[in-house]
Amino acid sequence: MTHLDGNACAGALSDLFGDDVTLALGRCAGCGHDAVLAEVVAYVTAMGTVLRCAPCQAVLAVLVTTASERVVDLTGLSSLRLAAPADGG
Amino acid sequence: MSFINSGFTGRRGRRDERLPPGQTLVEDWPVLSAGPTPQVSTADWTFTITTEDGAEHRWTWDDLTALGIEDVTTDIHCVTHWSKLAMPWRGVPLDAFFADVDTSADYAMAHCHGGYTTNVPLEDLLDGKAWVAVEAEGEPLTPEHGGPARLLVPHLYFWKSAKWLRGLQLMPDNDPGFWEQHGYHLRGDPWQEERYW
Amino acid sequence: MTLRRTAWHRATVVSVAAETATARRIELEVPTWPGNDAGSHVDIRLTAPDGYQATRSYSVASSGPGTRLVLAVDEVADGEVSPFLVRVLAVGDPVEVHGPLGRFFVWTPSADPDPAPVQLVAGGSGVVPLYAMAAAHERSDDGSEFRLLYSVRTPDDVFFRRELAALRRTRVDLVHTRSAPEGDRRPPRRLVREELDRLTLGPALAPRIFVCGSTPFVETVSRWLLEAGHAPAAVRTERFGGSA
Repeated sequence: MTHLDGNACAGALSDLFGDDVTLALGRCAGCGHDAVLAEVVAYVTAMGTVLRCAPCQAVLAVLVTTASERVVDLTGLSSLRLAAPADGG
Repeated sequence: MSFINSGFTGRRGRRDERLPPGQTLVEDWPVLSAGPTPQVSTADWTFTITTEDGAEHRWTWDDLTALGIEDVTTDIHCVTHWSKLAMPWRGVPLDAFFADVDTSADYAMAHCHGGYTTNVPLEDLLDGKAWVAVEAEGEPLTPEHGGPARLLVPHLYFWKSAKWLRGLQLMPDNDPGFWEQHGYHLRGDPWQEERYW
Repeated sequence: MTLRRTAWHRATVVSVAAETATARRIELEVPTWPGNDAGSHVDIRLTAPDGYQATRSYSVASSGPGTRLVLAVDEVADGEVSPFLVRVLAVGDPVEVHGPLGRFFVWTPSADPDPAPVQLVAGGSGVVPLYAMAAAHERSDDGSEFRLLYSVRTPDDVFFRRELAALRRTRVDLVHTRSAPEGDRRPPRRLVREELDRLTLGPALAPRIFVCGSTPFVETVSRWLLEAGHAPAAVRTERFGGSA
């Protein structure tokens, strides 16, 4: 199987954050590389989704849906930056 | 808000009474990966069992072959609901490796090229229950299926049969591996449907 | 990019039609739809009578305000969701839709009097969001030069054939990889580097580039574009693919 990119997680992340966050800039806790979430490497399977840093391959995030809950690990992202909402947004 | 799409079944395979609960039979062999596929040559391959005291036992590919590769025909069950019955494999039983290993630990963590880990109780690896597998369906294991060698523990959900195996770390506690840290059951017995936390 | 909140919506199928031998054009009416930018996608979730659910992403071929969505769904052999959408889904059926999704891989018309040109590169069904961009450009006052390079297996696999032929404001180049139309001088084969360089807007024009298709297609084309001298920030990509 090949990987996809963060565009493929827009829906899953939106269920979590309440809105589309694929424009957020994520910093890799491993190597410090910044990337827009839409451009990170995404391994999407029925086990779950694993997001990885493109240059260093470290795990940025893991998203799993079990029978009763969503389990989310964002510890591979040391920060997420999103533009402030526009007035009235 | 939810509603029914009548006529929708998904790609689920056939139900079969030989299968554990919630499983369906498939004819293909799906590939699920959490990262890039490692490329490891048998020339460079080693397998290391490290005891709880730090003692290391290491085998090269030639050492593995010398231990004796046997045929194994077994069913496999993936937690994502697919199963394969009577699948032919070839591998070396873990018992052959552990004959020389002195340990009082009860658990092992499988470590793999690419960083994947999974925890397995030692008693689930011994007494003919597990192998270091090198062939499946009559062919050497391809990289995408975990070659050159993967762990094969068919009585547990298949995420425990760790691909790209490079070692086992013996440990006193049942520390969780990769998927076990992210929502999946510590043991994973398909007959008890131990899928999630 | 126009900021519109993402949400789950109930949609109803208003039309279905064969797009190719293996793909279907599906039109949905979504009363709560906030509109969407060109390039957006939706997640479609199906629920079987026994409660089993599966969700897959599909690019939206339409854009703008309004409550109609147009999708072009290609059937993946042995797929979870696409065989149902292509063969079983009927007019009047309800569908759960999550969207609009995707704020990175979108194009909106610019009020800039001298906007940068736009190069679209599509591999197979990757043409859907790029067609949406070309169609949005066609209807707008945006003055940028638009080109679409579309790699497709055979002439029968072309999506939106009539609409693409009718575009006045986008130059469309087709490259056939398995079989070519009668009289075509180019032998069918995969897109090669020399063709990409020749058929796309060059780096001196500083185009904005959108590449969409399978991961191998996107990565090969992106690598070639960067080697040709396009700035990495100018190239946006979206990878399509099935999953186990």
